[in-house]
Amino acid sequence: MAQIIVVTSGKGGVGKTTSSAAIATGLAMKGHKTVVIDFDIGLRNLDLIMGCERRVVYDFVNVINEEANLNQALIKDKRTANLFVLPASQTRDKDALTKEGVGKVLDDLAKEFEYIICDSPAGIETGAMMALYFADIAIVTTNPEVSSVRDSDRILGMLQSKSKRAEEGLEPVKEFLLLTRYSPARVTTGEMLSVQDVEEILAIPLIGVIPESQAVLKASNSGVPVIIDQESDAGMAYSDAVERLLGQELPFRFLTEEKKGFLKRIFGS
Amino acid sequence: MSLLDYFKTNKKPSTAVTAKERLQIIVAHQRGERDAPDYFPKMKQEIIEVIRKYVQVGPDQVSVQLEQNDENLSVLELNVTLPEKN
Repeated sequence: MAQIIVVTSGKGGVGKTTSSAAIATGLAMKGHKTVVIDFDIGLRNLDLIMGCERRVVYDFVNVINEEANLNQALIKDKRTANLFVLPASQTRDKDALTKEGVGKVLDDLAKEFEYIICDSPAGIETGAMMALYFADIAIVTTNPEVSSVRDSDRILGMLQSKSKRAEEGLEPVKEFLLLTRYSPARVTTGEMLSVQDVEEILAIPLIGVIPESQAVLKASNSGVPVIIDQESDAGMAYSDAVERLLGQELPFRFLTEEKKGFLKRIFGS
Repeated sequence: MSLLDYFKTNKKPSTAVTAKERLQIIVAHQRGERDAPDYFPKMKQEIIEVIRKYVQVGPDQVSVQLEQNDENLSVLELNVTLPEKN
């Protein structure tokens, strides 16, 4: 049975697309046949982060409207085996996504793929609601910052009332917290909410903590999901999150400040 | 934090603590409304309007809250702070 995973947040700019790309790539690297879908109709960006923007011919909306079939629209990743991208359209028609249309595409994908990652747009409009509607698992991407935490809580409310699982009274969507852009140094100085603070407020299990990292911008600059960069802290933290998603128990890394040298301790950085 | 910072004695309360306290309040409030039925915001508005037909009160002097006490019992709590008599 294919697992449908939505990467969502409510708030924009917290790292949904970065995380979708990294997690999809990570699952494929582990040998699971995975497709990642961009639900941000009109503002597609997943293709850029995945580095396949010049290979987009048909998109998600074309498939829903039966102007193209799935095999024409799916882009096979050049770097990672088992990985496919379904890009969003650039047309502004918000009503392009319907429950019936999206449901049919997901049903067809579920026959071929083990994991279907839905990269949600920001907000709580149609695109975001469609991305979470069919989910089995939700990865709630959150920054340790007040507006992001509040919006994540709103999205948790939506998952519990507006998803297909909620409407049909099935087992609820499994919710996980992915904390991104975490700065242990700023937590130490009391300027940033800690992992424990956010966990306590949102009260859902933690699946990963991604440190604020220069590797993320470098990765997006070059169109390579950051998880490919296994030298980087962010890349390793995403790998850990993927392992946890697959059921492994791992200690959380990158939660404490890097050790400073003696001189830095005296004079500050 | 460097050793030099340690000697500077202007220790302000940490902003992360403030953030957490503010979030706990707003999230609790949000969750209260999450479980309420769809008609609740409109009903609340209409109740406030009816009261204001008779007594001059501001919106912050009326609180309408729905509490789920257990599986079968919900309590609608209405609190009105009446203006002082002159």
